[in-house]
Amino acid sequence: MVATLDEIDALLDRALSHSTARQTEALVLAQDLALTRFATNRIHQNVREHDATLQVRVIDADRIGVASTNKLDEAGIRDVVERATAIAERSAPNPRAAVMPEPDGRTHDPDLGHVSATADASPDVRAEGARAVIAAGEAKGLESSGSFSTSEMTIAVANSLGIRARHRSTKAALLTVMMDGFASGAASGYAHAGSPDVAAIDAEALGAEAAEKGDHMRGAGELEPGEYEVILEEYAVAGLLEYLSYIGFSGLAHEEGRSFMDLGARLMGETVSIWDDGADPAGMPSPIDFEGVARRRVDLIEHGVAKAVVHDAATGSRAGTGSTGHGLPAPNLLGPMALNLFMAPGATPRDELITSVKRGIWVTRFHYLNPVHPKKAILTGMTKDGTFLITDGRLSRPLLNFRFTQSIPEAFSDVRAAGRETKLLPGEFFGAARTPALHLGSFNFTGVTATEGGE
Amino acid sequence: MNDLIDRALDAADRLGAAYADVRVVERSNEQLTVKNGQLEAATSNQSAGFGIRVLVEGAWGFSASAVLEPTEADRIAREAIDIARASGRAQKGPVELDDTPPVTDTYRTPFREDPFAVSIDDKLRILLDADAAMARVPGVAIREGSVTSGREVKSFASTAGARIDQEIVESGGGIEATAVNDSEMQQRSYPNGFGGQVVTGGFEAVRALDLAEHAQETAELAVALLDAPQCPSGEMDLILDSTQVALQIHESCGHPTELDRVFGTEASFAGTSFLTTDKLDTLRYGSDLVSIDADATAPGGLGTFGYDDEGVPAQNVPLVENGVLVGYLTSRETAPQIGRRSMGCARAWTWSHIPLIRMTNINLRPGSAGSLEDLIADTREGIFMSVNKSWSIDDRRLNFQFGDQAGWLIRNGKRTQLVKNPTYTGITPRFWGSCDAICGPDEWTLWGLPNCGKGEPMQIGHVGHGAAPARFRGVKVGVGRW
Repeated sequence: MVATLDEIDALLDRALSHSTARQTEALVLAQDLALTRFATNRIHQNVREHDATLQVRVIDADRIGVASTNKLDEAGIRDVVERATAIAERSAPNPRAAVMPEPDGRTHDPDLGHVSATADASPDVRAEGARAVIAAGEAKGLESSGSFSTSEMTIAVANSLGIRARHRSTKAALLTVMMDGFASGAASGYAHAGSPDVAAIDAEALGAEAAEKGDHMRGAGELEPGEYEVILEEYAVAGLLEYLSYIGFSGLAHEEGRSFMDLGARLMGETVSIWDDGADPAGMPSPIDFEGVARRRVDLIEHGVAKAVVHDAATGSRAGTGSTGHGLPAPNLLGPMALNLFMAPGATPRDELITSVKRGIWVTRFHYLNPVHPKKAILTGMTKDGTFLITDGRLSRPLLNFRFTQSIPEAFSDVRAAGRETKLLPGEFFGAARTPALHLGSFNFTGVTATEGGE
Repeated sequence: MNDLIDRALDAADRLGAAYADVRVVERSNEQLTVKNGQLEAATSNQSAGFGIRVLVEGAWGFSASAVLEPTEADRIAREAIDIARASGRAQKGPVELDDTPPVTDTYRTPFREDPFAVSIDDKLRILLDADAAMARVPGVAIREGSVTSGREVKSFASTAGARIDQEIVESGGGIEATAVNDSEMQQRSYPNGFGGQVVTGGFEAVRALDLAEHAQETAELAVALLDAPQCPSGEMDLILDSTQVALQIHESCGHPTELDRVFGTEASFAGTSFLTTDKLDTLRYGSDLVSIDADATAPGGLGTFGYDDEGVPAQNVPLVENGVLVGYLTSRETAPQIGRRSMGCARAWTWSHIPLIRMTNINLRPGSAGSLEDLIADTREGIFMSVNKSWSIDDRRLNFQFGDQAGWLIRNGKRTQLVKNPTYTGITPRFWGSCDAICGPDEWTLWGLPNCGKGEPMQIGHVGHGAAPARFRGVKVGVGRW
């Protein structure tokens, strides 16, 4: 680690002491990240990074300045405070954004989700995980690609209004894609797991899951695109939730009328409940936000009804709710973000979800999701690494990947069943989600990938 | 700094590296964003550090630290060596680099006006003037404008004897208007979406955008889109503006010609490529009109530099020649596998990342179809789409779908009805094969794309795409239910 916890505390003190502004906030983000990457059955990239950044936000007469540095000596600290102050002095007042949180008396566990074994994991631990995955793939004649990462992150915040908060966490994540070539119709399987504890990552089991999926995908063929019943595995559901959060669960998107979240309205089926909870140890805990506010549980969708969005200090002030503890580092043009998502499980054993499907599509995961229309929550993307036709309650044959173009609230309005079990999955770009698999009544596939070459 | 570099290379050599390189990088960035007439964000960010990459018994290791002290160089070199030895536990054969000769040189982005010397007041005035012009248009809910300035100073050295110092300077800006009603949200950006235009160069590039001059029409179009009819569905002739052609090049030519993707080393995250090496010099990628170059030397391009992060000089290399695939984007590790020498595409986002194959400026050569208005006049029925707002493509870069901010139906050679939420979809070689007209050099713009994601840990790449408006026959448009 670039900076110890005591050094981080001292950094915050020194940054605040150097500022003459009416309000000052110091944020330290320290990260120690290691990642072992493998492809075509060999480790081809293997990296480690040690960094710590001090960001200072000053507010004076509603004028805001923000600066950051990773030069953490005395000169670096003075310089970053001076740069933030100089920007504020030259800025125009912006009272709607000039809001810094005050202490609300709530506490958190500063080590929730921190596991020393993860922080101390050696490159040999990651290499052995990669070897186990590769061996599982080789047993089925598949080439493995993937990554095994272990990281430790410390967030520490202090401001001149009395906020003082710190949290350190760890994360281990292992994912693999197994293939028998890159041609259309080639076998392709996937598995992914994440946990604060590296010991909870079972590389052999994960490799076996991907290998079995890949083996079943041999000889994928075409099927006419259209509307089909679907079983979405947890990987697919988690990807959709990540994008719903990005485009709609933010208090800023809601305030500006850009969100699909029409509060009080029924948007999804009765069985759908989605919430955010950074303090739940069943997730990837992050109990404070980047403004030092303890995260509250926010029920976003309750029994299908849009109930709330998340806030940082600025949007919470304007909405009259106060911060829910979902601020990103200032200045934050994205607005607050729900990063610790949960979706309520159902009562159906996961393996029985398929049994009631007469004809449908099994989707393992989605690839390259992107919003087509955020306000209608229409997303597009491709299926990947395990797409099958379901006939009479069984997987009947593997399929070439589909493109979908679909309003997600509309799709979630017809949830036939949700799996009893849930999986915790790190987000592709941010956060994490714990979700069940879903059986949906209809999903709109609008295209299919090409056969070999696409000529 | 020289002490740190020498010490890092000495330590790596002493500890058993057959090859090592070190990069010391200091990056500065300033950004101003005005939203609805107020300064929403003003930031000054600095990050510095160094990274050591080593080859030990044919396996890679890399470590990086923000602590720029000689003793830290020893520690990080040792850590990189240990990581490389762990890599050796899962190897198939030794990594071999090409024979690029080591170079000693310096490079600096040419510019007239240092963007870091321009006062906040000056930058703010540009943004507030544009904001005021947008504010005069009734119905605009959100007005936003930003200017960004970047500087990267980096030193590269290797045990092979290379020593290169570079200073890359970037400038950019843009505006966006958003109109909202109960069921719709529509946006219009100038001169491009996702932050506007970014170049390597000075603040003169931002002044040349003349944001205020274009602000009113930008806002008016956002409002008009709210009540425009939905883009029709069906197959029709499609004309794309140069910004959308640029993104089409990025996704369907730039990424699939990255040779690391072709070899499968990005399979677990970004995907692979349909452009496998057996197709080199034979695959019909597009029509005869389609010629695409990777040009890291293009003046002002966001993918322009002196040397890549393996010390290979910037080059201009064809990827597609008259519709046939003739090249790939390569690095020192991948190029020898197709019998070539690296054409200099290995770049890292920051000091803490390893170099990956990244696009440089991937440029579609201009054609002979004249101006955009000439091309529209030459089209009996079709649709013209402008400025991207949504993009997605499959893992082999074949099936794509794009959404644009605005579309106009074309009837009898005239731009007629404005339509909202236009989308189009296709399969890469069929789509480029349907290209039957590309506008001329006067319509050609080298666009900067500052948000290209690749790799694990994720790296952001700054790349460029030169493009002119182009026409594609018989494309599926208006995808999905609305």
